[in-house]
Amino acid sequence: MTDLTPVLSATWGLDHSWNLDTYVANGGYEGATKAFSMDKADIIQAVKDSGLRGRGGAGFPTGMKWGFLPAPDGGPRYLVVNADESEPGTCKDIPTMMAAPHTLIEGIVITSFAIDCDHAFIYVRGEVVHVFRRVMKAVAEAYASGWLGKNIQGTGFNLDVTVHAGAGAYICGEETALLDSLEGRRGQPRLKPPFPAVEGLYARPTVVNNVESIASVPPIIKNGIEWFTSMGTEKSKGMGFFSLSGHVQRPGQYEAPLGITLRELLEMAGGMREGHELKFWTPGGSSTPILTQDHLDTPLDYESVGAAGSMLGTRALQIFDETTCVVRAVERWTEFYKHESCGKCTPCREGTYWLALILHRLEAGQGTMADIDQLLGTCDSIAGRAFCALGDGATSPVISSVTLFREEYERHVTDGGCPFDRAASALFDYDSAPEGAHA
Amino acid sequence: MTYDESTAKKLATDAADIVGRYPVERSALLPLLHLVQSVDGFVSPDGIQFCAERLHLTSAEVSAVATFYTQYKRRPHGKYQVGVCTNTLCAVMGGDEIWRTMSERLGVGNDESTADGKISLERLECNAACDYAPVVMVNWEFFDNMTPETALQLVDDILAGKDIVPTRGADKVVSFKEVSRVLAGFEDGRADEGISAGAPSLVGIETAKQQGWKGQDK
Repeated sequence: MTDLTPVLSATWGLDHSWNLDTYVANGGYEGATKAFSMDKADIIQAVKDSGLRGRGGAGFPTGMKWGFLPAPDGGPRYLVVNADESEPGTCKDIPTMMAAPHTLIEGIVITSFAIDCDHAFIYVRGEVVHVFRRVMKAVAEAYASGWLGKNIQGTGFNLDVTVHAGAGAYICGEETALLDSLEGRRGQPRLKPPFPAVEGLYARPTVVNNVESIASVPPIIKNGIEWFTSMGTEKSKGMGFFSLSGHVQRPGQYEAPLGITLRELLEMAGGMREGHELKFWTPGGSSTPILTQDHLDTPLDYESVGAAGSMLGTRALQIFDETTCVVRAVERWTEFYKHESCGKCTPCREGTYWLALILHRLEAGQGTMADIDQLLGTCDSIAGRAFCALGDGATSPVISSVTLFREEYERHVTDGGCPFDRAASALFDYDSAPEGAHA
Repeated sequence: MTYDESTAKKLATDAADIVGRYPVERSALLPLLHLVQSVDGFVSPDGIQFCAERLHLTSAEVSAVATFYTQYKRRPHGKYQVGVCTNTLCAVMGGDEIWRTMSERLGVGNDESTADGKISLERLECNAACDYAPVVMVNWEFFDNMTPETALQLVDDILAGKDIVPTRGADKVVSFKEVSRVLAGFEDGRADEGISAGAPSLVGIETAKQQGWKGQDK
């Protein structure tokens, strides 16, 4: 059994865990203190050597991303934290910022120091006001205690942090769309290259990192590369959140070494809900192809999940039992992608629209066998042809579910309706629901 | 613009604060739109005009941005925004049924408001609380592990004018306008209210404790 390794979540259960005092009393800002005694190049090298890969879904090596910044030219360089957590199933950054926002602030201090940035931004999705309050307060506390502002801890290093609320747009989790949004525009992705490292915010060199990536930097600096690389697998180092949701006994945040398996996680979570069995699950959010019971022992690292035909993504494990209709699940995800498609490129804008129409028809029992093939055909017109990863992501649940559960799609056609009872998959008894008549 | 003198003055002061946070003034547009909602309860024609003049944009440019984001409302909005997550995970766990009962009780559909202007109902996409499914948000505060019963109690309490208390959030849900002001970047002193984490957020560290796993703790 792989042990859990609470690092970022270690203090979440403490009284007023979000306060600076609590954080400092538990070793907070020791990483930043150590970083200030290091050469900037050595900090970047340490993060490279740690093997830390982006925790926002794409898994790009964090230190390498920093290394892409051109040499300082005297102009501004920016760090932008992507706190726009919106990928369906993903629910780790929000509790991190709610319970321990200083883990993020300390990571920002170290990262900004290393990359010569004096103004960082935290782009928090706007639909979580209490998280926004906690992050604003943490920034204010950091200013008041000399961890932000001018001449931080007497080092001569200056850093301002602006906390910025988004306004409800999944696409802003895409890093270049996020930058456009932060510049006060519609959040639509930019053509790459140029990459943000060269021309990012205000066309200046910019690092965009996920909350969990940045929050992982202080413990790496504080505890060392060997500590971090002792966790995980050969190519997927360190710990990360595994967020279990759905039909399990104890859903929640399990911080564990990369490479842990769903079988192990399920055991910790008390198994599937009583009397039910696993049907399908997403390893890393709705944009990652679904898996089944066959993948209970797949190590949840970048390479193994990739080899199994999916992606590690954000380690957002949405778990569904045999009561769940896969067509209904995919229809709803597709509705989401259609809603969130920014409209900039035709394959995604039109493709998600048609996918949603066809899936509605199938789920309602009005589809034909040809519709099932049409789904795959439409996906073929989107995947690899869209402007950004949203379009590719939209095709993942469709293609994987048709591949794994084609007979279930066909039953919707032959039965003339959905063969599943929706009430059976809910966590409460539908019959006990009070009448909804106007009070 | 039809803002009275004191409102206009306050808006100007707040806008200066917001613009001052950014190296380039246009970046202030999203928080300014939240600010406008904190005054008018929605992104009003006056609000569009205000943002345009303040940031030296055209009203068309501001509207183009405002219409892109779902949190900006283009019609007068209820005092309480009640959102039911009906993305896949929450929907399957019961969000669809919660949505149905709430919509029937209130007699309104998606993105519609009750006649008394108290509640605007909305279907939400994933709000990053899947381990607390099914989830309802009121003015962007978390109401976790909902059932049709608790959801109906929630809207009944709102309609009865009672304070409502989120599962993870402030001691009470403040109005849509007040929340919009927070999102514009103005602290309201409520950050210390509420809990640090709910049970699902703590399940991993508690499992580790029970098992005696020190893990890589250092």
